[in-house]
Amino acid sequence: MTPKKTTPSTTPLIGAEQIALLERLSNAVAVSGAEHEVRKIVMAEIKDLADDIKVDALGNVLATRHARQQPALRVMLAAHMDEVGFMLVDGEDGLYEFATVGGIDVRQLPGKTVLVGKDHLPGVIGAKPIHHTTADERRNAISLDSLRIDVGNENGKKVHPGDRATFATRFQQLGPSLVGKALDDRLGVVTVIELLRHAPAHIELLAAFTVQEEVGLRGARVAGYALDPQLAFALDSTPAGDLPTWDGEESPRYNTRLDGGPAIYVADQGTLSDPRLIQHLLQTAETFGIPCQIRQPGGGGTDAGAIHKQRAGIPVVSVSVPGRYAHTAALVARLDDWQHTLALMVYALERLTPAILEQER
Amino acid sequence: MKPLIKKLVEAVGPSGYEGAVRELVKKEVTGLADDVRVDALGNLIVRKGKQSVGGLRIMLSAHMDEIGIIATHVDEDGFVRFTTIGGVGPRTLIGGRVQFLNGAFGVIAGERLTATDQVHSFEKMYIDLGAAGKADCPVKVGDLAIFDRPMMDLGSRLVAKSMDDRIAVAVLIETLRKLKDTPHEVYFVFSTQEEVGTRGATTAAYGIDPDLGIAVDVTATGDTPKGMRMAVKLGAGPAVKVRDGGMLSDPRVVRWMADTAEAAKIPYQLEILEAGSTDASAIQLTRSGVPVGCLSIPCRYIHSPSEMVDYNDVRHAVSLLTVLLSNPIHLQ
Repeated sequence: MTPKKTTPSTTPLIGAEQIALLERLSNAVAVSGAEHEVRKIVMAEIKDLADDIKVDALGNVLATRHARQQPALRVMLAAHMDEVGFMLVDGEDGLYEFATVGGIDVRQLPGKTVLVGKDHLPGVIGAKPIHHTTADERRNAISLDSLRIDVGNENGKKVHPGDRATFATRFQQLGPSLVGKALDDRLGVVTVIELLRHAPAHIELLAAFTVQEEVGLRGARVAGYALDPQLAFALDSTPAGDLPTWDGEESPRYNTRLDGGPAIYVADQGTLSDPRLIQHLLQTAETFGIPCQIRQPGGGGTDAGAIHKQRAGIPVVSVSVPGRYAHTAALVARLDDWQHTLALMVYALERLTPAILEQER
Repeated sequence: MKPLIKKLVEAVGPSGYEGAVRELVKKEVTGLADDVRVDALGNLIVRKGKQSVGGLRIMLSAHMDEIGIIATHVDEDGFVRFTTIGGVGPRTLIGGRVQFLNGAFGVIAGERLTATDQVHSFEKMYIDLGAAGKADCPVKVGDLAIFDRPMMDLGSRLVAKSMDDRIAVAVLIETLRKLKDTPHEVYFVFSTQEEVGTRGATTAAYGIDPDLGIAVDVTATGDTPKGMRMAVKLGAGPAVKVRDGGMLSDPRVVRWMADTAEAAKIPYQLEILEAGSTDASAIQLTRSGVPVGCLSIPCRYIHSPSEMVDYNDVRHAVSLLTVLLSNPIHLQ
């Protein structure tokens, strides 16, 4: 699809308010299994947007905005609240061994600052300085076993094994880019909040702000079962591996590209998207001149992987905002890609009718 | 049965895109069944019979999907890079031909290797569709293809791509045709997305909520030169599965199947498969649990474009299933 740089004038743009919300959500701490900070913000934001809001047994926020007209279509939107991070395992004198929570490349950890525990106590993942390492040591990655989170003697008494930690990165807007930790999937969280705001009258909107996605789509599984929708969309963030190659050769593996617009999934490790929903999104993008890209089929996955297997089956598709450096201390996404993602979803929902389920696939 | 088998194995239906196979099956079963429907994940669910006293609600499952590939990148020169859908082995690909869902054909080739004993990894392979460049290429990122290969009839042996599991689709259709009277409510499920993780059977079984589940699928054999050690061979009858990599059959179901074969003088063999699994593994763990078994068609060269089965095994599988479903069942 040729990306067109035009956005329909009626597109509900992401403005200062949405970016400020993204900033608060990015800076909040919600490592898998301890999502309460993000949940609190979400609950306050959707209070007036949904007709029914509840927190389920695992901590998912399930919000329903009833259809205002019939025939209605029950559509689930899922975005995960949790982020990758760390868990303290054992330690003394303020130096803690830790485990990773979710997919984190240990090679990128030394020297990073972190926030520890519910009080966000500052810490640092230390490493031997260059002065004290041998040439041999510098050639090898430092294993997780030999890394520690250093919170200092005083604060060390206030944290405990089982406490979670995450990168201390503060959100920034840099020109066309959004930079922060946990934009995977706080971008999706704000998108779903905005979709509740712009819900079409004929859609029974079932929003799930899920927990524990990063450790195996656990929240989405029970959310999909409980909401029992006719079809579902997962809104997430996906890596953009579009950096230039050292020799200028064409790279065949990039997953997605920044500035290419929302990434539509055909196949990943956990899901084959429903072809009717893929076509619906592509036609919507075409009709409204919204740029979009097909995410390269391959590994990885989203909440859709758990949702589509619930009960007697649920047609699904995922749409992600592309972002560089996913699952590190700072993800870089483009405001434009996010705007286009929201626009695509707003129009896709408006054009969606129960007839889609009668189509041949 | 051979014309039906040929139609089925030559149809195009990679996981998630089983539409063409579904239409074929629908045509065959219309008029034979009491109810035909398609569920949310594309499973074709065909009901025959009404549960009478002592009868069970039985789910049979044969998957419609086949392994394939999906385009990940079209380069400036029009060559297509790809990844796999389901368990595709790199050794079977070079020199093979593919057919995309949009009708485009291509050949699989590989980058030059530095040593003759190397195998191409998927990253070093590409598909050549004869395109002059990217603009000329009929395929785009996200398009799926299957391994193109016509069926070969060797008399008692049949060779084709997607014998796994269209041969079982044929067996179910033929069983439905032969099944005149049953005390059971039998659901013939032609399932989707088995090759990517028994996803169709997972949701079909939830919807049907059966008392008993039987998958019909292919299994490997141990009867080829310096092949793997396994007791199953072609031509010795369908195999009653005892276990595989993902499931232990309910021993009562194994006994029932084996005893019925003995009584009806239908040849059969017992199967112990070390790796791999079938729709039965998904059915077994549905809701509060389901007793399951699996009737396997022995098959050489599984997941290659030339899978070989024995025609007599196929016919005996139909006979055995028909007897199994025609009589009351007392699992013990």
